[in-house]
Amino acid sequence: MKIGVLKEIHAGEKRVATTPDVTEKLIKLGFDVVIQAGAGEAANFSDKSYLEAGANICKDAKTTCDAADVLIKVRAPQKNLNTATHEMELIRRGCNIISFIWPAQNEGLLRQLAEHNITALAMDSIPRISRAQKLDALSSMANIAGYRSVVEASNQFGRFFSGQITAAGKVAPAKVMVIGAGVAGLAAIGTAKSLGAIVRAFDTRPEVKDQILSMDAEFLELEFEEDGSGEGGYAKVMSKEFIEAEMALFAEQAKEVDIIITTALIPGKPAPELVTEAMVKSMRDGGVIVDLAAEQGGNCALTVPGKVVKKYGITIVGYADLPSRMAAQSSQLYATNIYNLLEEMCPEKNGELEVDMENVVVRGATVVNSGKITWPPPPIEVSTRKPSYSGQTMEVESKPATKAEQKEPSRVALAAKSAWLPVFIAGLVLFGLGQVAPASFMSHFTVFVLSCFIGYMVIWNVSPSLHTPLMSVTNAISSIIVLGALTQLSSDSSIIMILSIIAVFITSVNIIGGFSVTQRMLQMFKG
Amino acid sequence: MTENLISVSYLGAAALFILALGGLKNNESARRGNLYGMIGMTIAVLVTVMAFVTKNYSTLIIVMVGGGALGFVLSRRVQMTQMPELVAILHSLVGLAAVLIGYANFLDTSIHYNGVERTIHDIEVFISIGIGAMTFSGSIVAYGKLGGMIGGQPMLLPARHWLNLAMLVAVVIVGIQFVSAVNHAEAQTMLLIMTVITLVFGIHMVAAIGGADMPVVISMLNSYSGWAAAATGFMLSNDLLIVTGALVGSSGAILSYIMCRAMNRNFISVIAGGFGTATSSSSAAAGGDQGDVTTIDIAETAQLLKSAKQVMVVPGYGMAMAQAQHAISDIAKSLIEKGVNVRFGIHPVAGRMPGHMNVLLAEAKVPYDIVFEMDEVNDDFPNIDVSIIIGANDTVNPSALDDESSPIAGMPVLEVWKGEITIVLKRGMAAGYAGVDNPLFVKENTRMLFGDAKESLDQLYKGL
Repeated sequence: MKIGVLKEIHAGEKRVATTPDVTEKLIKLGFDVVIQAGAGEAANFSDKSYLEAGANICKDAKTTCDAADVLIKVRAPQKNLNTATHEMELIRRGCNIISFIWPAQNEGLLRQLAEHNITALAMDSIPRISRAQKLDALSSMANIAGYRSVVEASNQFGRFFSGQITAAGKVAPAKVMVIGAGVAGLAAIGTAKSLGAIVRAFDTRPEVKDQILSMDAEFLELEFEEDGSGEGGYAKVMSKEFIEAEMALFAEQAKEVDIIITTALIPGKPAPELVTEAMVKSMRDGGVIVDLAAEQGGNCALTVPGKVVKKYGITIVGYADLPSRMAAQSSQLYATNIYNLLEEMCPEKNGELEVDMENVVVRGATVVNSGKITWPPPPIEVSTRKPSYSGQTMEVESKPATKAEQKEPSRVALAAKSAWLPVFIAGLVLFGLGQVAPASFMSHFTVFVLSCFIGYMVIWNVSPSLHTPLMSVTNAISSIIVLGALTQLSSDSSIIMILSIIAVFITSVNIIGGFSVTQRMLQMFKG
Repeated sequence: MTENLISVSYLGAAALFILALGGLKNNESARRGNLYGMIGMTIAVLVTVMAFVTKNYSTLIIVMVGGGALGFVLSRRVQMTQMPELVAILHSLVGLAAVLIGYANFLDTSIHYNGVERTIHDIEVFISIGIGAMTFSGSIVAYGKLGGMIGGQPMLLPARHWLNLAMLVAVVIVGIQFVSAVNHAEAQTMLLIMTVITLVFGIHMVAAIGGADMPVVISMLNSYSGWAAAATGFMLSNDLLIVTGALVGSSGAILSYIMCRAMNRNFISVIAGGFGTATSSSSAAAGGDQGDVTTIDIAETAQLLKSAKQVMVVPGYGMAMAQAQHAISDIAKSLIEKGVNVRFGIHPVAGRMPGHMNVLLAEAKVPYDIVFEMDEVNDDFPNIDVSIIIGANDTVNPSALDDESSPIAGMPVLEVWKGEITIVLKRGMAAGYAGVDNPLFVKENTRMLFGDAKESLDQLYKGL
């Protein structure tokens, strides 16, 4: 099958759906690849590099669409504002499309796709399950947006991020607050941290606390019990009381921090307003707010989507196209996500696409199948564990711990009771033995018991790294049994002598072998 | 030679043996300790020869030199990876010797006891031969399992616990018959019956134990060989044998205990056998959507290692199998030179015998101050950039902690998945010795580097 890559026509969109590197991998998967001339230009991938990777170049969108069986794109098909043709008009009937589609917001487009008898897979509808993470373009893009948000902030912020003590005086480190610690938020935390800022982060989902802490950032905590984890690892709408407490926290922080990065989104809802006009006013002059939720209305009351504005001395960045501003990087990650989806759909590696509706990943992504709208997909049955990737590690830790605590007291009580039983039995046995055994036996028995105790004391002191030498040396000295054979060697009975000779022989093997191999091992431990 | 001189010599030898074991508390004193052990053994053997041997000197010398030479050659030739096999076969020799000496003593009609003393002596002979036979056959089976001559899977006969119990009861009955036997011939028959039963018992016991429990088995056999020596000591009224046997016996018992604790299993259940009996059901239940593994190639691995600051290497039996210890040692050295903090994290039951990994790493000249026990490093994993898992599986299985139905539930494991990224070197997707699926392999921060561990590591070294 032929994969076609169109040049993105959305204004300002610099990304491209595949890169020369990934093109090579697609060809290995058995596909042919055709690229519209200039498709990768904005992301700094020349037509020549695609040619070298084995792709064919088509001169315009029309010929690309005609040649392709599968079209891969970044943005959903849309109207070209320059030529006034809609991309849907170019696309062949019965063709496959893989791109961002946002079916919930684009019902009209879904119908159009269905009318054209098209099979469409939406990269934004990949189910959020562990197996599909390598296909998760939203996470890839969010990661880039998070990184870029810090870069944009630093661009607007007229100072260092890191604290420095220079000959020209001391510079305090910048204080950054990140609201919403999803993929983008965590990426922002990491980037700000690596630039040397003091980073604080807030999230309504308590399970991300560990992740925030692991990035070496501070977790802003509310004195409030409510779990904000919604389906698929996203956040949900919180109660009124919670929001009030949260807003109070932000208001307090706004006075302190230099930079606020907001990434709070709730699926299918407008972005919650978390930074009010009053908070912006209260920030120190020169502060920066980067609003990653600008496209969904913005977390900041004063955000203007797509623009950088300055209000009350604070710069508010409302770019909605941060990934596109790092087109080379985002194209590469997006292309790899698409490649992984194609690999999933082409198990035979023969270049034939198979829309397997039994496969939950493919099922989730397929929004139109051969002209039938198949969105929304049925909910995926996730195991009893929480679906969020983040929650897992925490649960893993907490569960056994509480179990152990619960068990502990009863076990101790039991142990205390049962500890006396063996002592009692041992006492009885010793008493019985003392009644019947002759003196000679008792003296041997004393030696035996005391030796057991010595052994017990000595062995616990052995370093665990020397356990193997311990085994070989104990093995060697247990050959002391040779003494038994030696005492019987001079017997008159030939059969006893033969038995003894054999015993001497095998124990000799053991003595020399045991000591020698121990010596050899200990030599190695010289280090 | 006077009785007192012999006693004093034996006392000296016993003290030297204690020092030999005590020396193993650290690497420096260990070699001196081994020397003490050798001196003690030499004294004991020389004194015994001088005191008791009156003839057959030439045969004695030939046999001792021959046996010694054989032992020496074996010990020099053995690969460090084959240490568990060597130890197992040496255990079997101690067991066999105990049996032979027991029979020799039984056949020796010149010894006469009466009354209770006779009964006690008979019991001593009986026990000495019994433990010896069990050690012998058990060690042979363990040797076969370790060497791959016998499959590592537990052999589970139906009603095996009843079988064990029946054998135990039979031994006791035969023992009573033996003690109360009226003549020598009848006693001999009983002794032979008992020997056969205990031989079978030893085979059955070890055969029922799965490969992952091998460290326990080896330590247990080590312990038995000690008890066999102690029992022989009682039989011959020889205190040195009793002391040494007790030392070795308790050493093996403690090792078994440590190993069991490291697997969160109790000793009885290990001995009763059947690790992995629940496997089929649990893996079926855990099956289904296991997720996909993410692979990685040599170049990417090298890149990751170069950019890492904290690297943890977790070796397992697979490293021994692939003889990859030298390759990883080279890699560790080159990374250390680049300023990377490389450490090794060792699980107590990694490998097939206690301390197995430490010996291999020492052989490959990995400095021992970067080799750590599990407990020393487990809390550090969140700070680790890259963990390299070489042929370890069950010891890094997260389901031990989060899946209560797992056969290895509750076993302490190295929590590698808490690190930044985990690279698993593995030949294929087969389950570990315990036969349990490992969710680590499909974790988002795990990368699989498939292939022979040694080849992969050699290439990786070149890549660095």
